[in-house]
Amino acid sequence: MITAVRKSIEEIIACVSPYDRILLVGCNECVSVCSVGGRKEVALLSSALHMHFLKQGKTMDIREMTLERQCDPEYVEELVNYMDGADAVLSMACGCGVQTIAARYREKPVFPAVNTTFMGASERQGVWSERCQGCGDCVLGITGGICPIARCSKRLMNGPCGGSTKGKCEIDANIDCAWQLIWDRLKALGLEKRIEDIMEAKDWRTSRDGGPRTITREDLAS
Amino acid sequence: MSAKTPSRLEKIMAAGHLGVTSECGPPRGSDPETIREKAELLRGYVDAVNVTDNQTSVVRTSSLATCIHLKLMGIEPVLQMVTRDRNRIALQSDILGGASFDIFNLLCLSGDHQSFGDNPQGQNVHDLDSMQLAWTARKMRDEGKFLGGADIKRPPRMFVGAAANPFADPFEIRVPRLAKKIEAGAEFIQTQCIYNLDKFEEWVKQARERGLTEKVYIMAGVTPFKSAGMAKYMKNRVPGMDVPDDVVKRMADTPKEKQAEEGVNICVETIQRLKEVDGVKGFHIMAIEWEEMVPDIVKRSGLYPRPEIA
Repeated sequence: MITAVRKSIEEIIACVSPYDRILLVGCNECVSVCSVGGRKEVALLSSALHMHFLKQGKTMDIREMTLERQCDPEYVEELVNYMDGADAVLSMACGCGVQTIAARYREKPVFPAVNTTFMGASERQGVWSERCQGCGDCVLGITGGICPIARCSKRLMNGPCGGSTKGKCEIDANIDCAWQLIWDRLKALGLEKRIEDIMEAKDWRTSRDGGPRTITREDLAS
Repeated sequence: MSAKTPSRLEKIMAAGHLGVTSECGPPRGSDPETIREKAELLRGYVDAVNVTDNQTSVVRTSSLATCIHLKLMGIEPVLQMVTRDRNRIALQSDILGGASFDIFNLLCLSGDHQSFGDNPQGQNVHDLDSMQLAWTARKMRDEGKFLGGADIKRPPRMFVGAAANPFADPFEIRVPRLAKKIEAGAEFIQTQCIYNLDKFEEWVKQARERGLTEKVYIMAGVTPFKSAGMAKYMKNRVPGMDVPDDVVKRMADTPKEKQAEEGVNICVETIQRLKEVDGVKGFHIMAIEWEEMVPDIVKRSGLYPRPEIA
């Protein structure tokens, strides 16, 4: 999923304080699963903002909405009837959701309430870790199911580097060395020899380096 | 192994002599005198001088510019290049730039992560990794082609090296990884600083058993301790460094005013022992900000005078 963390209340307040009527929009997808921008978090942020502005002697009109999927124009269209009653939109979705709202409601300022962080997986309750960088040319099939691009600090394709110590990365003892994990997994699969196969210079055109990417499925596109 | 490039370092090792290199860290400023003074200390005592590339991710004068200063002084440089800061366009461009000044040695590295340096806010590149850089340099030299396939007019003639750390984990893949670096194009290897001699000898033994010591010149890396504090720091703080307790104790048990001397003694003893190891073809003496000690270490280790090569 796409993970995010909420921005500080001070930063959010600084964005919305010039306005009197805010449309606060959550998303039921990824940010809801990682407990940062779903219905519950929308309600919590709304209360926090109400309290802050009340203390300042200002009544802030906040309307709460949580869409099924904020990165989808079909659902973002549901906001149309509420836009006239809002001076600005505060979005709790990932950057994709924020931009979908900005693209649809061009005359309305939209502010992100969260920092979109990474594509990750849940390790255990309350802990998510980066797993994918969307390079567009997946190598997991040859690296034992562990991604060196997302999980090696130097995204080495032929690791580990000389800083791998007791299974941990040189930059932080809390970060696993991706290449130690790859090696352990290759061993478990009986594929030790593969560690000596040279991975050639990667073609990064399928990644962000090829420019902003679009997928067009001719069979589905209207 | 016969020499394939005009590199003095390569010719010396190809002739069966032990090669000797040291290093010169560029200054955090643009004064060329500091470069010349450091390099002058090493003249005649080593076959080539490595020039580090923004080591520990701290901004310094560029490795290439510093190498050119050395070259103009008549001292043979080893151009160190890390893949952290430049993509494949800039790396190939700098290889050509070095080649245009007849720089004949290249050391391919991934580089310390930028979080260790003075610009931890920066991005890293790692478009290529160190093995892919070695592979690229060999393609440029041997095939006369860029990575993109186009022909190079007057290709570089560089002796291509890489680093190896026999002490990093997991140990069991350190020799396979050496094999992979050789396969990728490394012709010489400079190792991480050696203090755990037993472990290093085990690594060379495994390399020998796979026939790797016949395919690559292994230059053993040594760094003299200036103080007991430095020994402790290297043991505890430097990733991938293996400093055994008895070595730290030996430094700590030495009176403070004699510690520098003892550090040099340990370094010389290390070289003397490793000179006898089958498969060790040279030494890389990294006297960090202590270049003036290199002549003494070279002489006391029986590596002086350096051989003359046509």
